[in-house]
This record gives sequence, C-alpha cells and structure tokens, in this order.
Amino acid sequence: MTDANHKVEVDEATGTETTGHSWDGIKELNTPLPRWWLYIFYASIVFAVIWMVLMPALPALPFTNSGHTRGLLGQSDRVEVMAEVNRLKAERSAQAGAFVDASLEQIETDRNLQQFALALGESLFGDNCATCHGAGGRGAKGYPSLADDVWLWDGTLEGIETTLQHGIRHEEDDDTRNSAMPSFGKDGLLPRETINDLTEYVLHVSGQDAEEDAVARAEPVFQQECSICHGEDAKGMRSEGAPNLTDAEWLYGGDRATIFETIYNARNSHMPAWSDRLDATSIKALAVYVHTLGGGE
Amino acid sequence: MAEEPLNMQPAGEGPMPPSGGDLYSKRQQIYPKLAHGTFRSLKWLVMAVALGIYYFLPWLRWDRGEGIPNQAVLADFESEKFYFFNIEIWPQEAYYLAGLLIIASLGLFLITSIFGRVWCGYACPQTVWTDLYIWVERAFEGDRAARMRLDRQPWTLNKVLRKGGKHIVWLIIAFWTGGAFILYWHDAPTVARGWFTGEAPLSAYWFAGILTFTTYALAGTMREQVCTYMCPWPRIQAALTDENALNVTYRFDRGEPRGAKRKSESWDNRGDCIDCKQCVQVCPMGIDIRDGAQLECIHCALCIDACDTIMKQVDRPTGLIAYDTDVAVAARAAGKTPPKYHVLRARTFLYGGLIIAISALMLFGLTSRASFEINVLKDRSPPFVVLSDGSLRNSYTLKLVNKDANERTMVLTTVGLADSIVTVVGMRDEDSEQGIELPIAPHGVDRFRVLVEAPSGKPVRNFDMIVTDAETGETTKNTTSFRGPDK
Repeated sequence: MTDANHKVEVDEATGTETTGHSWDGIKELNTPLPRWWLYIFYASIVFAVIWMVLMPALPALPFTNSGHTRGLLGQSDRVEVMAEVNRLKAERSAQAGAFVDASLEQIETDRNLQQFALALGESLFGDNCATCHGAGGRGAKGYPSLADDVWLWDGTLEGIETTLQHGIRHEEDDDTRNSAMPSFGKDGLLPRETINDLTEYVLHVSGQDAEEDAVARAEPVFQQECSICHGEDAKGMRSEGAPNLTDAEWLYGGDRATIFETIYNARNSHMPAWSDRLDATSIKALAVYVHTLGGGE
Repeated sequence: MAEEPLNMQPAGEGPMPPSGGDLYSKRQQIYPKLAHGTFRSLKWLVMAVALGIYYFLPWLRWDRGEGIPNQAVLADFESEKFYFFNIEIWPQEAYYLAGLLIIASLGLFLITSIFGRVWCGYACPQTVWTDLYIWVERAFEGDRAARMRLDRQPWTLNKVLRKGGKHIVWLIIAFWTGGAFILYWHDAPTVARGWFTGEAPLSAYWFAGILTFTTYALAGTMREQVCTYMCPWPRIQAALTDENALNVTYRFDRGEPRGAKRKSESWDNRGDCIDCKQCVQVCPMGIDIRDGAQLECIHCALCIDACDTIMKQVDRPTGLIAYDTDVAVAARAAGKTPPKYHVLRARTFLYGGLIIAISALMLFGLTSRASFEINVLKDRSPPFVVLSDGSLRNSYTLKLVNKDANERTMVLTTVGLADSIVTVVGMRDEDSEQGIELPIAPHGVDRFRVLVEAPSGKPVRNFDMIVTDAETGETTKNTTSFRGPDK
C-alpha cells in the first residue's frame, strides 16, 4: 500500500476522485460519507462512556461486592423483577378475593373462577409439581399419573387439596397421609418362596398369566398378611392409600420382577407437604387444576 | 438499466461535491426555488390530501354499537383489536395485516413499473413533510435568493425574528404530527384531552416526543440527507427500474449542445437547453437532472415545471425535461421514431395479477369468516391416558372465539368416534345426548377443557368436534385426533 500524500487524483472512467491509496494497482474511489455521520459515530462513543458510568457495566471484578460495577444510577434488573413479581402478587390477591371465599366446587363450576384457577394452577404445577408428576400430570414410575381415573388416596377436590397441604408420608406434618407397607423380604417377615407365590397371586388377580399352584398356596398368606390394607378382594383401600391390585394401572410396574421387588422391599414413596411453601390460594388453584387434568372424582 | 443511453450523456459535475481528498464531505446547503406548473400543483394536492388524512382521520367517528370504540380507524391495544371502519381485526387474524403490507409493497412495485419513482417524489412522508417545511421556510425567509442572502447576513433582529419564527412554526407542526400519531392508538378525544391534563399513558408522551423530534429533525434540518444517506429505497429502486420505465429525464438528444443564447442568435446547430440552471435551482435534492439518472433524484418533477416555464418564455416546445424512458431517448438520439410507451408490460401484469389475487383472497376471507371460531388443541402431555378398565382418555383444550357483541350459547357435539363419552370440566351437564351447552362471553375468547373417553382401538382415530350456536344454528367444526398406544 502506498500513500500518495493525499494528492487529489481523479479516476478517468468515473470522474470520481480516488482515495490516493493503491493496492496492487487497484485504487479505491473516494465517495465521502457525510460529516454528520462521523459525528454520530463520535456521539455513540460518548454515549457508551456515559452509559458505563451510569449503568452496571463492567463484569467480573474481584474487588467489588457484587462482582461488577453498579453504576451511578443504581439500576438493577433484579430489583425491578422483584418489584414486578410483588406487583403481580398484589394484583393476584386482589383478583383472588372471591376465590378465597369460594368452595372448590364453586371454583370449578364458575367460569371466571375456573379460568383463574386453571391459569394460576397451570403455572404453579409447571414450577412445583411437574418435576415428579410430569407435564400435564402424566406420571412416571413411582409418581402417580394425575390424569387417569385411579386415585390412591382421594381424587375429590377436597381430597386433592388435603394431599397438597399435608403431603404423603411427610414426617414433619402430623396430618400427612400415612401408611407403611412392610418390607416382607428384606425384613425377613416372609421367606423368599412365599414372596414368589404372592407375586403369582398378584399376577393372577390382575388378570395376567400366573402359576396356578402358587396362586393356591398364596391365597391364605395374602388374606393374612395383605388384605388388611389391600382388601380381601385385592381392590385396595383408600384410607391406607393401598392400591387396587386388580386393575390395569400400576404405579411401579405390573410385571413379575417388579411385583416381586415391590413385595420384597416395599414401596413407601413421599410427597412433601406444600402448605408451608405455597399460600392457600395457590393450593386451591392447584387442587382445581389437578382435578381437571383427568376429571378427578 | 440500459447502459447505452447513459454513456452517451455528457459528463457533468457528478452528484458528489469535490471533496479535495477529504474522506468526509461537508454538507452543501440547498435552497430550493419555488417552481410553478402542473407538477407543483399536483404535489400541493397530494400533500393536502395526505396530510389531511393523517391529521384528521383519527377524529372520524364510526358507530359500532354499545361498548365498542366508535373511532373509525383505531389500533386498540387494550382490547387487542384493530378497527378499520366496518372491519374488525382480531389478534389471531393478524395475517390480514400481513396481506395488507404485501399489497402495499406490490402496489409500490406496480406504480413504480408504470410511472417510475413517484413514491419518493409525491407520497413519501419525508417528501411531503419536507415540502411543507420548505413552504414554511419560504413564508418566513422568502424564496431562494432571499434565503441565501439572509444566511450570509450578520445576525440582525430581522434575521433572528425570521429564523426564530420559522423554527417555532416547524416545532408546532412537528408536535402536531407526533400528537396525531398517538391518536391512532387510543380514543382520540380522550387521549388528546388526557395528554394535556397529564392523564395519558406514558407511551403517549414518549411517542409524541419521539415523533415531534424526528419530524423536526428530518423534515426541517436533515431533508435530502435522509434520502441520499439513510433511506434504503433509492438502492432498491435500481432493481425495479429498467430502460422501459418512466423517469424524470433530461432529453439530451434535444437539449445538447447546450449553452447560453442571445435572442438574436439562431436555434440552428445547437440544443434547446439554454443552460439557465432553473432545473438545478428548484431541485430539493440539489442535483443537476442533466447528469442523467441519479441515486439522489427523488423524481419530484419540479425541474420539469421549471424547464417548461423557461421553454415557454424562449418560445420552444415544452418537455425538454419530461417523464420519458431511456429507450425513447436513445431512439430519438439515433434518429429513429421512439417506441410507444407500453403501460401493459410483463411486469405490470405480474404485479397487477398478484395484487388482484391477494386482494381477492383477503376479501374472500373477510366476507366469509364466521361470527365465531372453534379451535381444538389436543393435549400433548400426556398424549393419552389408559383408564383402570382399559379404555382410553384424551384431553383437549377447546377455544371458542365469539366475535359477536352478544353472549351466546354454543352446543358441543362430536362425530366420528364410536362409543365415546365427552365431558367438559366444570360443566355439570348430564344431558349430553344433545351435546354440552357452553356459554361464551360477548367479544371474547373462552377456553374449555374437554375430556373424551373411548374404548381402546386404533392408535390414531380422527373425529370432528362440532360447535353449534343454540339460537341461530350456525355451525363450525374442527377435526382432531384421538390417540392410544401403538399395538
């Protein structure tokens, strides 16, 4: 590159001045920008400097409390978000006036209250419940589906609300839904062969292929050890949260190996109580939302 | 662009002022002189109509009934609707706006292919407001020569009053312009009153402020710089024009060789251009049309008026500068008869056809749309639920849109799914033989949760959800699917 000391040279073909620079014989035409364009460029640099002083700008500084410069205006997105969240909460509680007084039944059948409950419940469910129960309450192994017609404890609106408030086997809550299935194998309550027989029996009552001799052997054992909770007809018992063993629904799995494992080790899953984490309005909304997932009871 | 005719033109000074080697050019102040003639009159007319519409349209009332805004044109963010006379666009119909924009751009292409760059010259807001601002400037400071003289003068009281008065009027116009903009987004009388009593929304002040500033800056001080340096359109224009396009053209075949002429001299062996530079003086872009087609030229045709005035004075035919095509100029220069200008060309047919097709499509959509809509969203999680008796359940969100001003009752029925049981959550309607009654609020969107149970069967079964107005019997349906496990 050569600099021709800004001697003005005019390109013959176009009649336009060149910049005076030459790259391997190729010259650049000078079609100058307007000067105000340059000034806008300077102005944006000045703006950037002012912005840096006024607003949070420089990150990753080891010698400051927050790790970044805070800026003279003290602007903070975090503070703004919290203010917005609080504003939303206030707005919600104002809207929730009729909601608090209404019964769950009223909420579900009143169009306005229902829409409010579903909107609130859907977002709360996504934040708090879907981690275990899955989106839309589809359920997973060990975490019951909330969209079907099977309820271990209670599928009425009030029943769901109670479960939400107090949890299941949540030790810190005295009113929690509680029951304990014994670990028949692990604790040596029954010999392994008997558990094998019981497995065949459960397969049999749920309509699957089972070994007939084993079923006959297990019948008296089932009536003695299991029917207290699962019922003489093996159709379960709400008060104990004991599942119906005769239907097509399985919380952990209905195949031979899984049923054996369940009897041998027992299953006593937990759900936390939400009354100390969510306010009453939120729990009410969640109860209605969960109830609508599969129509409840 | 046909290269041939352009290269035959005399090399002029070029649009860029000589920079003396500087990489940044100083702005040349332009003092456009007032022209008189057909195109100047046409431009005044277009300006009056365009500004009249812009400033006064929001005040036009249009009765739509109780509880609905009575403003003829209103983009109502609160109720999320766009009102245009008797058309009402809902958010889910935003494609009408997209269609409108497509028609607008195709219209621009069509007009450009027929009349050349008339958008820039007559209708562009930048042109219209700049024209208005120059009119104000002329009222305070006089025409071109007087303005140039005033700018050279030292600051006297006279100069201060003239310049000050101009800027005050400019600011008033700018404020009115910014203010009129916000009227399109709110009820005009309410927001206009509220604006001065401090009750208008913050955005109204913000936008009025921004548009006041941009109007004042762009039309008052920036003017031709906007067209030359900021606007992308001159660059796009090059792709839309061809040698058959009408452009404001200096007919150099007739004008050259140019030169000053005394009355006694003969017109033989010389061109009609007497080099009076009137075309340059009236030009709001500060260019010389005799240099040929240029990026800066907004084709406002004021140079045609200026030149025609002179041609009449020197007793020569008008039209030395005129709307003309490159092929015609080239043909005359070669001594041939110029071809007739064809309005009907392939591209006008293409643009026109597209505009008609899209308009027809939109018109059909607008006239045939129902007074309510049904929208069925099938739940994706879970896709289906196996019930304890082995049957299946799918759940759906049913959205009903009521475009009517009355509350209505809709009856939901399903067709095409054998032995199914339909329930709507919260609707305790046991009599589902005739369907389930759903109330929908006036002018509203209502969501319902619908549960459908059916015996297990094929993995995918399609069926229709049908919604019927209980009173009028108006019906719409939506086909959706019922899913089960793959087996």
